[in-house]
Amino acid sequence: MSEMSSNIILVILVTSFATYLSRFLGVVSSEKIKETSKIFKWFNCIAYSVLAALIARMVIFPAGELAESDVLIRLFVVAACVLMFLFTKKNLVYPTVLSAMLLALLNNYL
Amino acid sequence: MINSKYFFKGFKSIKGLDSPALALGASFIAIGALLKNIGFNLEQSIFSTFLTYALPGSLVMAESFLIGASLINIFLAVWLVNTRLYPMTVSLMPLLLHKSQPRWKYYLSCHFIAVSAWLIMKGNYQSVEKKHRIDFWIGIGTGTWSIAIVSTIIGFLASDYLNKDMMIGLAIVNPVYFTCMMVGAMKSLQISLSIILGAILGPAFFFITPEWSILYGGVCAGTLAYFIGEFR
Repeated sequence: MSEMSSNIILVILVTSFATYLSRFLGVVSSEKIKETSKIFKWFNCIAYSVLAALIARMVIFPAGELAESDVLIRLFVVAACVLMFLFTKKNLVYPTVLSAMLLALLNNYL
Repeated sequence: MINSKYFFKGFKSIKGLDSPALALGASFIAIGALLKNIGFNLEQSIFSTFLTYALPGSLVMAESFLIGASLINIFLAVWLVNTRLYPMTVSLMPLLLHKSQPRWKYYLSCHFIAVSAWLIMKGNYQSVEKKHRIDFWIGIGTGTWSIAIVSTIIGFLASDYLNKDMMIGLAIVNPVYFTCMMVGAMKSLQISLSIILGAILGPAFFFITPEWSILYGGVCAGTLAYFIGEFR
């Protein structure tokens, strides 16, 4: 095995360990937490908030390819797709397909 | 061992109108293409999604690898971006714990905790009796995880044919899918506030501390929403 590829394997192992750690500790803590407890409710709020924060960040301060589009266009696409989601009685296929096409289109012609 | 009726009930959540297949597929196609571009081979790319299965973590890994960060720095960066999995696990597993089920199922299946599988489980757990929820969850996890792995392969193989427009298009699908799922999850005041405040405070904290913004913003927003909901 070349040095490069053994390095990649190590990077993958380190990444998966760093990822599994939080999941594992979560299960350990869960053993002592009842679903009716206040602490469960509190963690539930935090979980939704952290996800919302993550998603908002992906849209407003993205990494990678998305950063090459305008932030106003991205916000418009997200808003349009959420409206479509609500108007189609919470169908998830239409808004997701629409989002890719809408962004590619607006990004090129605006 | 695993009750196949509930396993397949969970597995089938990747079909249908609220299926995460499209969104997951789009984002892991992008990951497959990205991994190829930074020099991973096909086996390594599959291995990466197989073992990690968390999108933001894989993105951070790719970025850090590209700039030649040390292993300890990669570990810290990935751990930081994936600490959100801790509150997600703590707010999911107590719903699935049952005395009659062996512990290994929980320690193994926590690997499937990622935004899409988590949101599906949170939206559907009440339709399954507590005893069988873990098997239902393993079904959902296996389904979404398989899509991620297959899409990584497709992305890797198709990377030469994906132009910039297509990559940008693929990248927006996931945040849009998650946003819609979150809007769909707003069923109580507490959860709605958690989501809205999180979406405001997360980016706000980005101006103070970019690396910690999700965690700080999320914990502040969630705590605030919890207290408003409890003492209203």
